Amino acid sequence: MINRTKWLSVPGLVWLGIFFFIPLLLVTVLSFMERGTYGQVVYSFTLQNYVRFFDPLYVSILFDTLVVSVLTTLLSLMIGYPLAYYIARMDKKWQHTWLLAVMIPFWINFLVRSYAWVVILRTQGVVNTFLQSLGLITEPLPLLYNFGAVMLGMVYTLLPFMVLPIYVSLEQMDRRKLEAAYDLGATPLKAFWHVTLPLTRPGIVTGSILVFVSSIGMFVVPDVMGGAKSALIGNVIQNQFLSARDWPFGSALSIILMLLCIVLIFLYYRVIRVQEREGGVE
Amino acid sequence: MGGSRRSLFSVYSWVVMIFLYLPIVILMLYSFNDSRINAVWTGFTWKWYLSLFENRQVMDALSNSLVIAITSSIIATALGTLAALALHRFSDKWKAVMNGLIYLPIIIPEVLMGLSLLVLFSQIGFPLGKLTMIAAHVTFGISFVVVIVSARLSGMGDELQEAAQDLGATPWQTFRHITLPVIAPGIVASLLLTFTMSLDDFIISFFVAGPNSTTLPLYIYGLVKRGVSPEVNALSTLMIAVTILLLLISEIFRRKGMAKESNSQLPI
Amino acid sequence: MKTIIHLQNVEKQFADQVVIPPFSLEIIGGEFLTLLGPSGCGKTTLLRMIAGFEQPSSGEIFLDGKPIKDVPAYKRDMNLVFQHYALFPHMSVEDNILFGLKMKKVPSAEQKRRLDEVLTLTHLTELRKRKPAQLSGGQQQRVAIARAVINNPKVLLLDEPLGALDYQLRKNLQLELKNLQKNLGITFIYVTHDQEEAMSMSDRIAVMNRGVIEQLGTPQEIYLRPSSLFVAKFIGENNIFSQENSHLAVRPEKIKVYKKDANPELHQKTGEIVDVVFLGSLQKVFIRLDGSEETIVLAHENSEATHAWQAGERVGIGWALQDEVKLP
Repeated sequence: MINRTKWLSVPGLVWLGIFFFIPLLLVTVLSFMERGTYGQVVYSFTLQNYVRFFDPLYVSILFDTLVVSVLTTLLSLMIGYPLAYYIARMDKKWQHTWLLAVMIPFWINFLVRSYAWVVILRTQGVVNTFLQSLGLITEPLPLLYNFGAVMLGMVYTLLPFMVLPIYVSLEQMDRRKLEAAYDLGATPLKAFWHVTLPLTRPGIVTGSILVFVSSIGMFVVPDVMGGAKSALIGNVIQNQFLSARDWPFGSALSIILMLLCIVLIFLYYRVIRVQEREGGVE
Repeated sequence: MGGSRRSLFSVYSWVVMIFLYLPIVILMLYSFNDSRINAVWTGFTWKWYLSLFENRQVMDALSNSLVIAITSSIIATALGTLAALALHRFSDKWKAVMNGLIYLPIIIPEVLMGLSLLVLFSQIGFPLGKLTMIAAHVTFGISFVVVIVSARLSGMGDELQEAAQDLGATPWQTFRHITLPVIAPGIVASLLLTFTMSLDDFIISFFVAGPNSTTLPLYIYGLVKRGVSPEVNALSTLMIAVTILLLLISEIFRRKGMAKESNSQLPI
Repeated sequence: MKTIIHLQNVEKQFADQVVIPPFSLEIIGGEFLTLLGPSGCGKTTLLRMIAGFEQPSSGEIFLDGKPIKDVPAYKRDMNLVFQHYALFPHMSVEDNILFGLKMKKVPSAEQKRRLDEVLTLTHLTELRKRKPAQLSGGQQQRVAIARAVINNPKVLLLDEPLGALDYQLRKNLQLELKNLQKNLGITFIYVTHDQEEAMSMSDRIAVMNRGVIEQLGTPQEIYLRPSSLFVAKFIGENNIFSQENSHLAVRPEKIKVYKKDANPELHQKTGEIVDVVFLGSLQKVFIRLDGSEETIVLAHENSEATHAWQAGERVGIGWALQDEVKLP
């Protein structure tokens, strides 16, 4: 009977095969095809789509995307770590409430969350109206549709991704190790640097990967808060599929994006494994 | 940790919380503002909500959202639960391989999943619509269900099932009377989660939606592209309210499940 | 005396590694048999093979003369009390106990009658509506036993059922279990690593080591006539003297300690006391033998004896010939 139970995985696996793995394969194949004059796919092999990626336009967009993603990750880490630390150290009965409070915005549709910032920051938005009514400014400030607005939106939407894994690793950390450090005369800052930070590295790595992977493919936030000038690689891909109708090129771009992610996930696993080796007997 | 350091942390954390909630609260507040054009508060009104309910497109989008979310969450939960039950029986080596395959959809950027499904449906010539939406939503839901139900199964261990068999329960009876009730909170949590995710999904839906399968997030996106309006505020507020409600329900279920286990053995 | 379970040339391998080499064992109807050994000796695997949760790699198991190797666990007419009880958390005490009868679709009047009987037997009547989470460890243990015995199994298998309880409670429950077994008259196969537990409850003990049954016998036989070096060392305290290619075991209570000049004709060896530990009615005297630095002999002496032994004292030791056990 135990062996029969294993067959129960078949429907789920077949589903994922048809709707996840085969589509990915199709995209890979498509990325080597040509685009016809009217946007249709022409089935002849070419490397043109990958060559085209090295056009300075797309390279610079990818570069911008990487900059935005790295900055988003760093900012989320800097903002999220202290919060996670505070939650992990507070009274047990409040911890779950705070965690829930962090998670609720995370579950709210991020289109809605980006839009909320538009309501606040636009020309006739809450901030500008408020400042004008106080007489502090006469002309509305250009708060939206710039690089800063994109960064704000990214960090705002992705911050909970960082807080949760860091909280988990802080929670799992053996507090006695910290006590031992204090006992051996470490100052709080030194103890944090040499004990807490290394021991919570798996959480930092997981959170960073989650934020980074999510921001690298993001197209909604730049679309809603950044305007035309702040297009990221996600917007370019979306555009190739829905307006430009150049599916082969869009596919090539997504394959490049996926490879980037796979390399990152691979790095993540390596770091974790190193971590486990160093961690020794927990 | 000194007292001043602790209060510094506390102030900081509250500031971050305000940062997380302020935009949402402001958005909700302005959905009740009488003024159409700008951010000056001119008085309280329900009229934007009333106009939503009279709007045919909104009601269509709502019904699409619900049909797709209900169907896809049930299918995803069924497939995911079965897969988790099976996965539990594989040897460690195979379990690792299968886990890798099943968790991949969670890690891959959503854009990729959306466009690859678009490619699939267009290549086989399947018209985009509710069915393609449901298929897509099931696909990203399954993995989350497997994660949740597997966690419950491994928390449950093998002993309960062995005990049932030892007492004469057939494999089916064991599943019906022991395994199912014990993992039930996980299944309910999975249903709620996949339902919420489906209701909320924008990116993947964006690629696979057809003309007659516009969901609420897609409808909102169309409006947002045209600019800020009180109707969008009201609609967004409703979505926020529903999300929070669903989260609170699943949290209640989770706590119920936890309470059962945490004191499963009193010290003598 | 009828054989109820017969294991015939049973062998168990995990991933091509022999965990239990082929062996045979006959378990007599109505006896209290204990599988005793250190952790990892294969006693739990053996029990799980009898219960039907592990398949023997080869050999056959007979229950009441019928082969059961290919009978799944839920069709075997015996029940297992799990180490951590494995009570169903979502069911009340009553529903836990009734589970087996419900699965076998026993008529409800019969269910009720047997439930009342078993509840009385295990003193659980007042707790019948509670959930397992609301019970203490000892109470949970009783529910686990009640849940098994209500099915009138031919054999009750117990996997370290007292392992999770504290010392005093264990002592009480040992007696309760032994009485229960006598009253019910069913065969108990009991797994433990605690030799005291095994000694006080069992009719027969099978001492296991590295998958092999080293000795099978009554507690007296095992204690007084150990058949291997492992058994001699594992059960109780013992003094082992190495000879050319065999060993000699003498229990500490059989060792006589003499003052240096008293009864020299009975001295088999001489040495010096290194330590004396007072334990109430008896004292343990540790003696280092002359000529071999590492051999320390332990002797139990009556505390009320006229002479109080002192560390540093030179003594002679001796024992009666019938008290020494020759080991291969």
